[in-house]
Amino acid sequence: MDLKDLKEISLKMRERLLTMHSKSGESHIGSSLSIVDILTVLYYEILNIDPLNPYCETRDRFILSKGHAASALYAVLSQRGFFKKEILDSFAENGGEISVHPERFSVPGVEASTGSLGHGLPMGVGIALSGKKDNLNFRTYVLISDGECEEGSVWEAAISASRFKLDNLIVIIDENRWQAYERTDKIQNLELLKSKWEAFGWSCKEVNGHDIQGLINTFKSIPFEIEKPSIVIAKTIKGKGVQEMEDKMEWHYKSPKLEDIEKFLNSLRKSS
Amino acid sequence: MRKAFVKKLTELVSNNKNLYLLTGDLGFSVFDEFKEQFPDNFINMGVSEANMIGVAAGMAMRGKQVFVYSIIPFVTFRVLEQIRNDLCLQNLPVKIIGVGEGITYGTSGPTHHAIEDIGVMSSLPNLTVISPGDPIEVEKLVEQSLYLDAPCYIRLGKTGEEIINSQDVSLKIGKGNVIKEGKDIAIISTGNMLSSAIKVSMEFEKENVSSMVISLHTIKPLDETLLKEVSEKVKYIFVIEEHISSCGLGGKISFYYSQQNINVRMKCIGLPDDFIKFVGKQDFLRMKYGLDVDGIKKSIISFINSKK
Repeated sequence: MDLKDLKEISLKMRERLLTMHSKSGESHIGSSLSIVDILTVLYYEILNIDPLNPYCETRDRFILSKGHAASALYAVLSQRGFFKKEILDSFAENGGEISVHPERFSVPGVEASTGSLGHGLPMGVGIALSGKKDNLNFRTYVLISDGECEEGSVWEAAISASRFKLDNLIVIIDENRWQAYERTDKIQNLELLKSKWEAFGWSCKEVNGHDIQGLINTFKSIPFEIEKPSIVIAKTIKGKGVQEMEDKMEWHYKSPKLEDIEKFLNSLRKSS
Repeated sequence: MRKAFVKKLTELVSNNKNLYLLTGDLGFSVFDEFKEQFPDNFINMGVSEANMIGVAAGMAMRGKQVFVYSIIPFVTFRVLEQIRNDLCLQNLPVKIIGVGEGITYGTSGPTHHAIEDIGVMSSLPNLTVISPGDPIEVEKLVEQSLYLDAPCYIRLGKTGEEIINSQDVSLKIGKGNVIKEGKDIAIISTGNMLSSAIKVSMEFEKENVSSMVISLHTIKPLDETLLKEVSEKVKYIFVIEEHISSCGLGGKISFYYSQQNINVRMKCIGLPDDFIKFVGKQDFLRMKYGLDVDGIKKSIISFINSKK
């Protein structure tokens, strides 16, 4: 797919996110906008998946460990044909099928129930390890947030992954430098993130998380090193695409009001 | 009990290469045979229990049959949310094996005691909770756990538990094991209190009190059919357990009878809602808390007398 088409898909997903969050009044739109381009690249260029055969044993697995950004996962899965667009309209609605945080198999393509941080990577290690045991070549991708790196279980899993030489496991850090309370670097030294993961035995690349071509090139060079798990630190902007929301922590909590939706859609189209 | 578990697991893995044992760096030397014969199926995950549960979940997502093993507090309380979200919510059939039920690790102190785990674990949806009464129950129930489509927790003692059942006893997860029939009182025990239950029953037999003894090895789901039968059969019911009664088997049975509007004369004989306040071995601590044979007998007599 050419770059223009991929950018168009990202734009469509962002439009859907605005609609989903304004209609439902649910939080975390900033977190979801942050990972749209990463998901576009993964689901259209990288992952070995088939919407018509979503449970195929040899499929690549994608786990959204930062489950609070599930609206973006639903948007890309729907866009990619895993389920009907109408299901997106029921996002967090009474009697709907999809919650704010994802539940495994609630809709095809959702591989794990997440929402509490620090759970995705250990599960990803288990999936990747079992794939190695069975001599299967599928890969497991786990998207975590930078704030999530404060969870101890992330590092327990990081130790395991390098010990088991899981070069079929890839972590993507959505490094938008915001966590729920304040700037991430007020809590942890983000400059050390790369060296920390490397010290734990991972092979690391940094990339602009909104540069579609850069993301493609990075993911296509996986595994970065043989017998090492790979980590992509994606530098992102929370709220990316909607100027009023970009790099603003408040959009972790706020949702766009219905009466403002046209304003935000215009802002989105202008910036893309 | 631990030996019985390891023996059964080694036997099971020899016919089933899809079975894995993950340990949180515990069980030193007891898994030697398993490890030597089936190195691919034995994984020491290290001292990282949260990760161990998540990894087990990931492996189970791919159809692996995974047992995770550690001392009870480390594989239950410490990783409660991993068990809740990764195993129970996703309904993945991982088997959690905890060693050291009750005050098995008496002298190790409260960090190593397991007197609240039944309450904590049985509060989780989708989780089967099993507390075998002797090594035979361990073997049979561990084998059956392979056929569960959901996660389960099996709490074990350690060493020295008496063999009560015969090798050919017929057992089923979810069905209480009636060891002995009786018509005056019923003694329902779970886990390692079974041999004490038998001894107490024998003492009462000497005094012409006919006592039924049940090993209620499955705490969740409760064998409600059997409990109803028991309520119709005997005059008094005593539930004994090496666990805090209010959140243990006693609490579960009380809840069942009250919800069904079944009137019973029933007493829970277990531990108070407190950490163990004494230093000592299991036998000593049982005596301190009235859970030795003599103490249980006294509680039963006192309860019966109070109701006359």
